[in-house]
Amino acid sequence: MSIDESTARRVAQLARIKVEDPALPALAGEFNAILGFIEQLNEVDVEGVEPMTSVTPMRLKRRADVVTDGGYQDKVLSNAPDAREGFFAVPKVVE
Amino acid sequence: MMSELTKFTIAEARDKLRAGDVTSTELTQACLSEIDRADALGAFVHKTPEIALQQAAAADARIQGGAENPMCGVPIGIKDLFCTQGVPSQAASRILEGFKPEYESTVTTQLWQAGAIMLGKLNMDEFAMGSSNETSCYGNVVNPWRRGNDETQLTPGGSSGGSASAVAADLCLAATGTDTGGSIRQPAAFTGITGLKPTYGRCSRWGIVAFASSLDQAGPMTKTVRDAAIMLRAMAGHDPKDSTSADLPVPDFEAAITGDIRGRTIGIPKEYRMEGMPAEIEKLWSDGADMLRDAGAKIVDISLPHTKYALPAYYVIAPAEASSNLARYDGVRFGRRAKLAEGDGITEMYEKTRAEGFGAEVQRRVMIGTYVLSAGFYDAYYNRARKVRTLIKRDFEDAFDDGVDAILTPATPSAAFGLGEMADADPVQMYLNDVFTVTVNLAGLPGISVPAGLDGQGLPLGLQLIGRPWEEGDLLNIAQTVENAAGFVAKPSRWW
Repeated sequence: MSIDESTARRVAQLARIKVEDPALPALAGEFNAILGFIEQLNEVDVEGVEPMTSVTPMRLKRRADVVTDGGYQDKVLSNAPDAREGFFAVPKVVE
Repeated sequence: MMSELTKFTIAEARDKLRAGDVTSTELTQACLSEIDRADALGAFVHKTPEIALQQAAAADARIQGGAENPMCGVPIGIKDLFCTQGVPSQAASRILEGFKPEYESTVTTQLWQAGAIMLGKLNMDEFAMGSSNETSCYGNVVNPWRRGNDETQLTPGGSSGGSASAVAADLCLAATGTDTGGSIRQPAAFTGITGLKPTYGRCSRWGIVAFASSLDQAGPMTKTVRDAAIMLRAMAGHDPKDSTSADLPVPDFEAAITGDIRGRTIGIPKEYRMEGMPAEIEKLWSDGADMLRDAGAKIVDISLPHTKYALPAYYVIAPAEASSNLARYDGVRFGRRAKLAEGDGITEMYEKTRAEGFGAEVQRRVMIGTYVLSAGFYDAYYNRARKVRTLIKRDFEDAFDDGVDAILTPATPSAAFGLGEMADADPVQMYLNDVFTVTVNLAGLPGISVPAGLDGQGLPLGLQLIGRPWEEGDLLNIAQTVENAAGFVAKPSRWW
């Protein structure tokens, strides 16, 4: 498997990271080095092996579906780059 | 005199505080003054002297009132990955510039409740992604150790490089670290200190900036094995806010250190004997086996056949989880937002914010993770890696089922290397630093790095011991045997 520039561009878009066109060939090269390393996994016989979901054999705890916390609008917004009138503010999303 | 105080271990400080020979305020002031003299190391990136002195006064009052907790009055450093209320917590990333959490991580909450003192926040690789502390937005951390009289600046390792450098240089008595693929144990080995990664689920992850949630685990970085036992007890425990934290009692780990390991079985995995391994590392490893044998342990050869595939599996699973975890840095809720041009919409806001907020290594891993999770590749990469992870864990289970109590390996494939020396290498070369440590995270096991010797250039080398799940006490006891037998007392000579 080899990653070309257009795949690198698509991955950057999916990851929502702006990559300028001149940087794409080097990025594709790095991806290929890493993926080449990962390809070793194809040597392993994984027939009938379950993919790991939890490293410790433990059931996740459940709790009642009730409100246990909240009511701190100011704290929630205190680190926002742009907060107005009690909301997070973003550029226009819908025309 | 002042700087002598900062050389204390936690156990020594506890005894002297209780005896009234020293106060927490004196200890804390000594650390703060050492920290101010050590900016050349780049370890402390946010200093919190006001908080420290307030906490120290409160600790002194508690000690006078007969406080029993061994962490009470002990000044420590906190890796920047931990959220600390009202104190910058940036994971060494530009994207979290200015972020001051409104809450405190569970691990640090427990440490403050125990009476520990926060000296400040410690440098690290950005989002804990790195093995040399060269990806931090704050700049490099420098290892206090040098190759003899050679002034070349060396890496303290990573990602908990600030923690390692600060403890090794006696700027604090101990520090918190986190370990996703070796980020506690590798820097501990590079700086001649002890670093413990507990069993996955032993310490709560709540309030620790997430990298790869199925692998991340917090742990102590200390001057001795005993100190690791003392500090782990304060950090560990069930937390309803982390659904993967284990609802198990936290034992007195220090009490498990008896010095008696007669009849214990220690496995030596043949797959860790790598081609091109430096002779010094090989010798250290066999010396370590001799030390344990001399103390009455039985040494057996074992096989962990899937070891070779641990790093490739890690470099699928960790970036996949990171790409998902780091999706939250969108320029909306916290941290940095890029300056936008006229007419830029929300997509440009995301893309520009993440491009200028994340460093190159973080961008690379987020994109690799995005790729291996994308439609058409999910089975070929991500699911296959998770199956290999099952096999890696099974290797360890088989060894433990055969009666092995702990496994001895080198901690790292080399001693500390020079800052910038790996700059031209491809990313995979840097990843190889974690070749001995990453299996432990994939299998969720406890692992500890103990300083065990010096190489020909006078740099520290560490041995790693891997234990059974939840048996940190037994692991620490065996590690204490190595510490005693190795008699590692060397310290870096001060140049900073």
